[in-house]
Amino acid sequence: MNIIKYLFAMIALVGALSAYATADLEVNTPGVNAIKSSMQARHAQLAGYYASGAVGLSMDGMIELRDPGSVPLAARQTVNALVAAENQDRDALYAEIANANGHPEWKAEIRSTFAQRWIQRAQRGWWVMSNNGWTQK
Amino acid sequence: MKTSAASFCKTNEASFCKTRVASFAKKVWIALAACALSACVTINIYFPAAAAEKAADKIIEEVWQMHPSDKPAAIKDKK
Repeated sequence: MNIIKYLFAMIALVGALSAYATADLEVNTPGVNAIKSSMQARHAQLAGYYASGAVGLSMDGMIELRDPGSVPLAARQTVNALVAAENQDRDALYAEIANANGHPEWKAEIRSTFAQRWIQRAQRGWWVMSNNGWTQK
Repeated sequence: MKTSAASFCKTNEASFCKTRVASFAKKVWIALAACALSACVTINIYFPAAAAEKAADKIIEEVWQMHPSDKPAAIKDKK
């Protein structure tokens, strides 16, 4: 009967669409890849500052110069520029992922997901911001 | 000349009436299918948290050049 066919078609449709809804987020776009490689290159310079505690991971998915005193005066300008450039890239990354998935309004949620994951995956000895302030992992 | 299937049936012969009812039923099903479809699209506007976490981990691994096998430090040893 036609009605039964219709029901089957609808069940298939519902199944296919809910599978689509839980699919992976698209992160393999030229925009995302460009930001990613820029961050990758910068990480070589930032890693030392994470380890020394000069730079820490904030709770909003960004990084911060938490202890300027530990950076020699001559290098301070460089670190500031690195932190600013990194934060700019991170912001762009979150926006780019949201846009690549057709939901620019997801940016804030993507940022907070990243914030948690950056902190969780930070190496031992790095400083991360928590509700109790800066803590060393 | 648009009349609803029910009122049309009262004044017309049976076989013609049947086709009208059938076409009305079809319209109802199309409307239901459209409703089901829009419900599915609604599901998709919710933020896929698990997928986002997976995507974040993938990017973090690449940016920090970690091995994917590296366990999150929070699980490995809590300070």
